[in-house]
Amino acid sequence: MSDLSKVAAHPRSVSSNKLGFYGSWIATAIALLTLPYIFSSGGSLTTFSLIGVSIIFSLSYNILLGQTGMLSFGHAVYYGLGGFLAIHAMNLIASSKLPIPLPLVPLIGGITGLFFAAIFGWVPTRRSRTAFAMISLGIAELVASSSLILRSFFGGEAGISANRARLLPVFGWNFGPQIQVYYLVAFWTLLAVIAMYALTLTPFGRMCNAVRDNPERVQFVGYDPHVIRFLAFCFAGFFAGIAGALAAINFEIANAAYLGAMQSGVVLMATYIGGVGFFIGPIVGAIFVTYLLLALSDLTAVWQLYFGLFFIAVVMSAPGGITGLLMKHRPLVRAGTLFTVLRAYLVALVPTLTMIAGLILAIEIVVQHTVNAGEDPNTKAFGVRFNAAGPLIWVLAAALVIGGFVVARRTWRWVGKAWDEALIAAREKGFHA
Amino acid sequence: MLELIVTSTLNGVLYGMLLFLMASGLTVIFSMLGVLNFAHASFYMLGAFFGFQISRWFGFWPALLVAPVLVGLIGAAVERYGLRHVHKNGHVAELLFTFGLAFAIEVVVEIIWGKSPVDYRVPRLLDFPAFTIFSTNYPAFKMFMLLVSVAIFLALVIALKKTRVGLIVQAALTHPHMVGHLGHNVDRIFMMVFGVGTALAAVAGVIAGPALQTQSNMAEQLGPILFVVVVVGGLGSLPGAFIASLLIGLVQTFAVSINASLASIFGPLRPGNTQPLLADIWNVTIAQIAPIIPYLLMVVILLFRPKGLFGTRES
Amino acid sequence: MKTPAVELRGVQKSFGNTSVIRDVNLSVMKGERHALIGPNGAGKTTLFNLISGYMKPTAGRILLKDEIVSGLPSYQINRRGLSRSFQVSNVFPKMSVWENIRCGLLWTTGHRYAFWKNIDNLPEVRERTAQILQDINLISRRDTPAGLLAYAEQRTLEIGITIAGAADVILLDEPTAGMSRAETERAVVLIRRLTEGRTLLIVEHDMSVVFGLADRISVLVYGQIIASGTPEEIRGNPKVKEAYLGPEAA
Repeated sequence: MSDLSKVAAHPRSVSSNKLGFYGSWIATAIALLTLPYIFSSGGSLTTFSLIGVSIIFSLSYNILLGQTGMLSFGHAVYYGLGGFLAIHAMNLIASSKLPIPLPLVPLIGGITGLFFAAIFGWVPTRRSRTAFAMISLGIAELVASSSLILRSFFGGEAGISANRARLLPVFGWNFGPQIQVYYLVAFWTLLAVIAMYALTLTPFGRMCNAVRDNPERVQFVGYDPHVIRFLAFCFAGFFAGIAGALAAINFEIANAAYLGAMQSGVVLMATYIGGVGFFIGPIVGAIFVTYLLLALSDLTAVWQLYFGLFFIAVVMSAPGGITGLLMKHRPLVRAGTLFTVLRAYLVALVPTLTMIAGLILAIEIVVQHTVNAGEDPNTKAFGVRFNAAGPLIWVLAAALVIGGFVVARRTWRWVGKAWDEALIAAREKGFHA
Repeated sequence: MLELIVTSTLNGVLYGMLLFLMASGLTVIFSMLGVLNFAHASFYMLGAFFGFQISRWFGFWPALLVAPVLVGLIGAAVERYGLRHVHKNGHVAELLFTFGLAFAIEVVVEIIWGKSPVDYRVPRLLDFPAFTIFSTNYPAFKMFMLLVSVAIFLALVIALKKTRVGLIVQAALTHPHMVGHLGHNVDRIFMMVFGVGTALAAVAGVIAGPALQTQSNMAEQLGPILFVVVVVGGLGSLPGAFIASLLIGLVQTFAVSINASLASIFGPLRPGNTQPLLADIWNVTIAQIAPIIPYLLMVVILLFRPKGLFGTRES
Repeated sequence: MKTPAVELRGVQKSFGNTSVIRDVNLSVMKGERHALIGPNGAGKTTLFNLISGYMKPTAGRILLKDEIVSGLPSYQINRRGLSRSFQVSNVFPKMSVWENIRCGLLWTTGHRYAFWKNIDNLPEVRERTAQILQDINLISRRDTPAGLLAYAEQRTLEIGITIAGAADVILLDEPTAGMSRAETERAVVLIRRLTEGRTLLIVEHDMSVVFGLADRISVLVYGQIIASGTPEEIRGNPKVKEAYLGPEAA
């Protein structure tokens, strides 16, 4: 029996792992506390708050997609409803002078999300993956359209607003200033991330993965896949509601856009771009996409197009997202064979960037001719000035694209070869994943 | 009253036929390729915009022929160079690819043609009242739309039932894997099916464009309703898609003309001073909720007949 | 009169106009090792699908420990004590071997949908998982993703997941298919050990496995049981010889 208990022990040494585990959470908490001292502008603090909301929302989405294999096109419903109820709650608390402080309002959003997920989720979670996806879109449209009908609750096109500073102050904070909102969001973000991570370590969390991988087999180990999917859906709705409430607190308004197709689409794309196969994937995605959208919208008028094309590129060539792509390098890092691959990447970088630059130029020329037709053909995109009129610029774009493509193809073949060699070397050393 | 019923029936059937032109392509693509083409309504939109642009340059009739072909070619290219490549990444990746495609197409259309509706005019040849029912003129163009839709529908039925290709498509609707095992060039069939399916959606766009608004949010508006048609009719069932299209077309068209609300029917019984939320529900007219009736129908079907009206396959 | 562990009464299954299972009557006694053999296409896997709830019979009844289970969903039949393996390996490919076996245990150890317990802190789950992995000789591969296992190892894992829970009626569908001679022999020893005290219904083509394991054998041909008895009885049965070797051999 002692022989068995040795084998039954944790695969890793328990004590050293616990230190690393709790240590990283503490380090994160410290980082969150000190971040405003490094980046103290109001704009940065708002961005951080938005990222926090986005992290919670994306992680909640991944409970469905990455962990349980459920694709939803309407997750913003629970985000939005959480937001709306948070706003109504804030107004009610302020006007009735109830002793509920602002930090508890996200919980109200969470319970709202949970409630509606339970109602809307029971029937669709019985269906196949494809039917579920379509139904989620239908329900999202239903709720979003209802927002224009039930004007008293949803406030019509303008939405409903509230004043977060009118609630009971906590330790002298009334949450008017952005920095106080940041700390509120940071607190809830940390709490939510820890909670959702803990969920993956439970029997339920593991069975969610089992349902994702093989729902048929799951029945034959005694589980009803429908119940597992339903519970996962409820959890996802709960955390989405928290995110929505925090967004409502930050903007002091909730409107139909919270529930809309765009909101559902962005969280899907951000989560997928970050990577659905790892817990931190959505976190990476939320941060990356927020900054990408901010940067793109400053650089070009058609940032939405670039975002869409980027998403398609990720779907086609990096289905594991950013984290998936990075994790693929893990055996190489461990075996020390990463260098050759990195070198190949650098070589491939130049022609690839050239090709992309050409494509961007072509797109921007078209934009100048269609959107701004009749205006001055001298324009700027991505910080570079060019004249969109005349055939010369087209020639340049074509040269960049074609030339870049031809050279890039060859360099990518080198990259492939370098990868093969590095991977074989890593496998010989015993590193497989 | 009778006039309203007749016009609404005509309009409802017309709308239903348009929906079916799109839903049929979607169903066949789903059944054969196993991929739910999220971008299907986007091809409808492309058809409308291509139709508009070509009719601006060359007239409506050339547009009617050329636009669907162009869109079909784009569809075939999407399958050949995009979807096929993504296939190995799994079902979710395929679905997300079409999702990204829908997003990108909408943005491109917005860039090129702007956000406002474009002036896609009814061709002069058809710009006259076909007949007058009581006091309303029913436009000839709408009769034309109806004729085209019915003609294509009949052509589809004949193609499916009488041609060899149609037989293969029918087989693939229920047993896609077997079709490959029987030695047919599955790749080419897939490309053709995708191309034809999107071309059908484009035809709907070309003829619907002048009658309904041609605007860059067309796909966003119609896309979800298309899904509802497929869910209500039953995944993978063409007859189901047909019945569901007509059902939704008729119900939505009739609903728009009904100005009844709970208040108007039960007025005197109105429960005193109620919550504003209940007041909204009390006062909303059926015409106002017409846009969401398809979704309510979907919910009802899900609750009472989850496989859809004619559902055969789940995935 | 002992009640059978599994009983099929007049079971029929048709797909459209095609009748796959025609009027099957079968009794498997508690603790018995019963083999189901027959030519390809006879309907053996379909019968398994019917018993385990994957399909509903068109007619007839299936009883598990005297309770009617035909028509119940698979997970409920599993909870009543029946577990099955699959002809095509049906494991959780992205999870490690350890996690695969663990999934097989979670329900029967009572943890069900617990979302408040840390799964690594359940000592009895850990011990039982380790025990089973030892029994099936896969303990050295405990951290390998199941999808990366060699074929025979996957089949063994498949058996492991099947017996992991507390099921006392085990259905094994061609567990040794595709295994080499040596692997098959090891598998037979394993199956005999693991199903000690449980009821076993096994579909097999390999006759050495059948005659080495089974207490009783039933022969399914074209959806009907043409013979049922001890291995000696079956060996000498002319109808069985005819089914396998043609009318001349009878």
